[in-house]
Amino acid sequence: MMYSEKVMDHFMNPRNVGEIADADGVGQVGNAKCGDIMKMYLKIKNGVITDVKFKTFGCGAAVATSSMATELVKGKTIDEALKITNKAVAEALDGLPPVKMHCSNLAEEAIKAAITDYKRRKGLIEDDGDCNVCCLRCEDIHHHLNDDDE
Amino acid sequence: MSARSIYFDHAATTHVKREVLEAMLPYFSENYGNPSTVYTIGRTSKKAIEEARETVARIIGAEPREIFFTGSGTEADNWAVKGAAYANMKKGKHIITTSIEHHAVLHACQYLESEGFEVTYLPVDEYGLVTPGQVEAAIRPDTILISIMFANNEIGTIQPIAEIGRIAREKGICFHTDAVQAMGNIKINVSELNVDMLSMSAHKFYGPKGVGALYVRKGVKLTSFMHGGAQERGRRASTENVPGIIGLAKALELADMNMEQHNRKLVALRDRTIEEIEKKIPFVRLNGHREKRLPGNVNFSFEFIEGESLLLMLDLKGIAASSGSACTSGSLDPSHVLLAIGLPHEKAHGSLRITFGDENTDEDVDYLMEVLPEIVRRLREMSPLYEGIRSSKE
Repeated sequence: MMYSEKVMDHFMNPRNVGEIADADGVGQVGNAKCGDIMKMYLKIKNGVITDVKFKTFGCGAAVATSSMATELVKGKTIDEALKITNKAVAEALDGLPPVKMHCSNLAEEAIKAAITDYKRRKGLIEDDGDCNVCCLRCEDIHHHLNDDDE
Repeated sequence: MSARSIYFDHAATTHVKREVLEAMLPYFSENYGNPSTVYTIGRTSKKAIEEARETVARIIGAEPREIFFTGSGTEADNWAVKGAAYANMKKGKHIITTSIEHHAVLHACQYLESEGFEVTYLPVDEYGLVTPGQVEAAIRPDTILISIMFANNEIGTIQPIAEIGRIAREKGICFHTDAVQAMGNIKINVSELNVDMLSMSAHKFYGPKGVGALYVRKGVKLTSFMHGGAQERGRRASTENVPGIIGLAKALELADMNMEQHNRKLVALRDRTIEEIEKKIPFVRLNGHREKRLPGNVNFSFEFIEGESLLLMLDLKGIAASSGSACTSGSLDPSHVLLAIGLPHEKAHGSLRITFGDENTDEDVDYLMEVLPEIVRRLREMSPLYEGIRSSKE
């Protein structure tokens, strides 16, 4: 298994690592059992993502996709950010090994979870108390990837 | 990339020692004869493999005719387990093994289950040990094989093989041990241990890849592994890997000769590393047994971080090591061994295995201890699992 130079760069020098104390939206996906957790913090002003930070527990690909996802959402409107797909994250990293594609899935879901949290806080969506991404089991996350993988 | 290059993965494989390579070389070029032929050049090859067989037999306390050369340790394990199962199936279809075997035994047993055999996978304690009592209690009238690894490849735990061998012998059940990790690190005498079959692999003790051996005690019923020519007394057909066999025997001879010195050195490196990691890095857990442990094996779980990230960062510093993380195995689950000793998934994902070998030095450990605490700190800073821990310390 080989990582692209870009993956290694984002793994060794991850962009936007950290927390935002007064974040407007926080999303966490994955779980420790599966071996990867991504937590994304967003600062949103007038519908635009002005700052973003992340924390990740996971492999090289998990760190790199988190880092790339933060780069991709920065400066985007929330609608634009919601359109970022796992494939876009993977492509921006010059690809991921097939067994690591689920990491890009987590990145996409982390963005969505953080924006959902923001909308819930703003009362833009109903608070149903449950997040439909962070409660997935490993198998669901990993199988989800295989669907995308064709 | 780092200027330094340190190899800490000797349980994965070792380099071929110069003396071993030199012993092998003539059998690639000038002495290329097929050992099954009658003319001089063929007889030279035949004589060389028979001498190799004698060497291996002498070192493990066996008869030369009880040594069968194979293509790998995995092949030796597969042959032993499936061969004994099929040869004895009229007597019974029950096999006893452990939950921490190498996949070569574990998956062979799972295959046999699909063929109608019943397998008992003995659980292990927190150190990875099975007890002779557990083995005895699992024996049934239809038990035909007990297969228990000598020493574990991941956590280095050494099993009470002599005691298990005594029980197996008393009950008249064939006892196989996968000694792939033990060979070259532990003095093994199959007669004293009451072992009926034993697997080994040359590349784990500074020999070449692609060659192993199976010891089969005279009288043990075993089906043939390969059908074809009369090589290996008709039980493992195919033209012998002559240079490989020469290399295996030479490497085992050297390992046997140097064992005391080798062990003294590796145990010192191992114990120093364990001590320093426990002293310098918080939230760690030593996996495996402190004393009943292979001389070169160190295995730790580092909480809140994931093993592949750790390996990549070590690699960038020029250090080659291994992990039981799922991310390094390509499967969804972390190491079955770490789960079997009771580790929760997240701690199993955060494991690091360092296995020392003959070329490692104290300076290598100095360097490891220079870079490892910083790498662990950096990954923890990045980990959402560490957030609460850090703030609760502040």
